[in-house]
Amino acid sequence: MGAFGRHPVARRFGEAAVTLVGVSILTFVLLRVVPGDQITAAYGTAAGDLSPEQLQALEAYYGVNEPLLSQYLGWLGGVLTGNLGVSATSHLSVLSMTAQSLPNTVELAVLAIMIGLALGIPGGMLAASRPGRARDQISQVTSLVALSVPSFLLAAVVSSWLVNTVGWYPNGEGYRTLSEDPGLNLQQMLLPALVLGISIAPPILQTTRAAILTVRSEDYVRTARAKGVSGRRLQVRHILRNALIPVVTMSGLQFGFLLGGALVVEQIFAIPGIGRQVLLGLEQKEYAVVQSTVLVIAVMFVLVNLLTDVLYRLVDPRVRVQ
Amino acid sequence: MSTQRRHGHRTRATLATALAGGLLATGLAGCGSDGEQTGDANGTLVFGISADPAQMVPWTATSTQSIQVLSQIYSPLLNTDAEGVPEAGLAELPEISEDGKTYTFTLREGVTFGDGSDLDSADVKHTYEKIIDPASSASSASYFANVAGIEAPDPRTVVVTLKQPDASFVSGLTGVNTAIVPSDVDAKSLETKPVGSGPYQFKSRTPNESITLTRNADYYAGEPGAATVEFRVIPDEQSMVSSLKTGSVHMAIFDNPVTAKTATSGQTESMTVDSLSYHVLQLRATSPTLKDPNARLAIQCAISRQDVIDSAALGAGKPSGPITSPEFRSDPEAQPCPEQDLDKAKDYLAKAGKPDGFTLNLMTSQGLYSTAVDEAQNIQAQLGKVGIKVNVEALDSNAYVERWLAADFDAAIAMNGGSSDPNTMYSRYFTKAGSFNKVAGYSSPELDKLFADGIATTDTAARKPIYEEISQHLVDQAAWVWLFTPEMYVVANKSVEGLEERADASIATLWKASVS
Repeated sequence: MGAFGRHPVARRFGEAAVTLVGVSILTFVLLRVVPGDQITAAYGTAAGDLSPEQLQALEAYYGVNEPLLSQYLGWLGGVLTGNLGVSATSHLSVLSMTAQSLPNTVELAVLAIMIGLALGIPGGMLAASRPGRARDQISQVTSLVALSVPSFLLAAVVSSWLVNTVGWYPNGEGYRTLSEDPGLNLQQMLLPALVLGISIAPPILQTTRAAILTVRSEDYVRTARAKGVSGRRLQVRHILRNALIPVVTMSGLQFGFLLGGALVVEQIFAIPGIGRQVLLGLEQKEYAVVQSTVLVIAVMFVLVNLLTDVLYRLVDPRVRVQ
Repeated sequence: MSTQRRHGHRTRATLATALAGGLLATGLAGCGSDGEQTGDANGTLVFGISADPAQMVPWTATSTQSIQVLSQIYSPLLNTDAEGVPEAGLAELPEISEDGKTYTFTLREGVTFGDGSDLDSADVKHTYEKIIDPASSASSASYFANVAGIEAPDPRTVVVTLKQPDASFVSGLTGVNTAIVPSDVDAKSLETKPVGSGPYQFKSRTPNESITLTRNADYYAGEPGAATVEFRVIPDEQSMVSSLKTGSVHMAIFDNPVTAKTATSGQTESMTVDSLSYHVLQLRATSPTLKDPNARLAIQCAISRQDVIDSAALGAGKPSGPITSPEFRSDPEAQPCPEQDLDKAKDYLAKAGKPDGFTLNLMTSQGLYSTAVDEAQNIQAQLGKVGIKVNVEALDSNAYVERWLAADFDAAIAMNGGSSDPNTMYSRYFTKAGSFNKVAGYSSPELDKLFADGIATTDTAARKPIYEEISQHLVDQAAWVWLFTPEMYVVANKSVEGLEERADASIATLWKASVS
């Protein structure tokens, strides 16, 4: 490796590669430890009706008759050459399935993080403006409640309320992508993005509040104040900008989670995203689908973390110097 | 990942896979008459399903959704009437030779596949031979276990020769799993592009979202009502309810009475239908705890079936004996303890040499169908009254299926598919050579003889007493404890017209309905 191996960026990539291999092995092993296989998943108890010859044919069809190591290496070799495998249920390649589902998940994640930030940052600023006072306590309690309510419950309550009052439920229409029908797509994304946004706003709010309180007591803020900087300029340029560093970290993490597919919310609102792809793969025990999709999610997660590092450098000049 | 961080939530499949067996046995009903067409002839009917169909080739179809979709695209050789009894379809009911070994079918004239080719005897022969071929891994292969040969002497005649008489043979030809595929289309291509002779033709599929079918104007039984049928995948039950209420989905089937009730509104109507499948407490007589028939009878007597229905299934079911086939249905009252009888249960326990009861390990499933865990808990409470301590083990559906197939349990809560033929229902379980005899855990020389007699007798009236005797033997020995047949709920928007009321939840006659 030499000098290259010590370069921070190269090292990060090396770590990322090790992480991804680890994820792939873990997924592979876990899938096979869990009881049942593709045959029992597809045939249920009727699998008992299959003759030995039929079973052999099926095992060969699903490729589960090979030794584990060659199954793993075969799959990994495929992935490295861009072949993520084929779903035995839909007869589509995992690559093309992912090409369809990933944009939906990314769109949902972007909308949700926007809602989360729009609720969390002003909420945190509001709470921090008078610590310990009514507005602080109200935002703290509200965020605690938002954090505690399970997203599936919130989703069910909000949607059935809307159905029963105004008869509006766009998610019952067939799903339309943003390019097919932007109007319907945004309607279909509204409820899931709102539910997800509400569930990620609390940690953003808490982080913002804590960061602002810390930054406010820093020397440079006092200096700025002494120099006569006040009001909006002080709040935004000197306090908020510096307080944003931990908020960026937190949001990056949340965004990474969202890209992993908000499984429950995608399931409830019938959004054909990457989380549902994993879930369906799991239900049908489609090894290739689960392994490859989880790997895609892991890659996204690693990428978002790298991007967050870059964002740091933009927000905080000190990181750039180091 | 976000799933672990947020609250785990498992949605239940609207219909259990196990039910598939029940639907297998029912095919298209009501041929020869035109469908009622009062609505918009160009309407689209949206049918909500909880999961993407897992299989698209008829003979491999086991999931409920696959059967629902494929029953619109394909036709089996024979149909069943609204009661589930076999009747003419693509062919007339067969002529059976004196010795009961030769079945001669005469095909209807002028039937075509979606690709325009004629449906003739070569297609029937091709389909059945494909099913028998182990390489196809057909779940319906067992229906053809007795088949010695299939001949197609002329385009309209199919002759099937059996190795020995098999009275249940005809009922096997009524389901989607034996539906006829064209002989000149490669089976592999049917996986992505089905070609059948059913009321609708495959148009397009978006995996995990929808499958769209268009009307087959040449359908042999009449012109289908809706121009287009879309099967839309909506995995979440609540979401399905919302979609029905707002009218974006026209029709869906639920097994949960509470959900069905919330889905019923000013816009929708709910129809309750029976099912051929049955819920049962499977006891394995070969396990040490249940070896003594008295121990098993004690369990039968300690259980109130109505109580199980009321508490676990919220009243949605009817107490049942072993056989649910419409023509052979068991009398649910004909068993040693038709009602709960705790004194009698204690007597049986004493006879079994366990007056203070015993410990029973009971396996149940999560995710296969909605009532399984509640049934186990209710039975746990009921058996506790006579000192039988029940350890309930609730397993994930895959783990449950694996243990069930391996016969690795003492007792299990199960929902098994029914059939219009009683031999199809039980010879696999309760004959020594049956493929599931190890799972069922009970057999006897008397039963083996009765099953052999039942299948060698082709006359329905003569078969009835034989199956009555089988049914009686099973409950007298408490081979299992049969609980109830469930009710299903077909919820449809009021704009759907001409929907045929059936005795089961099959949607084989969906083609008669239209949307206004």
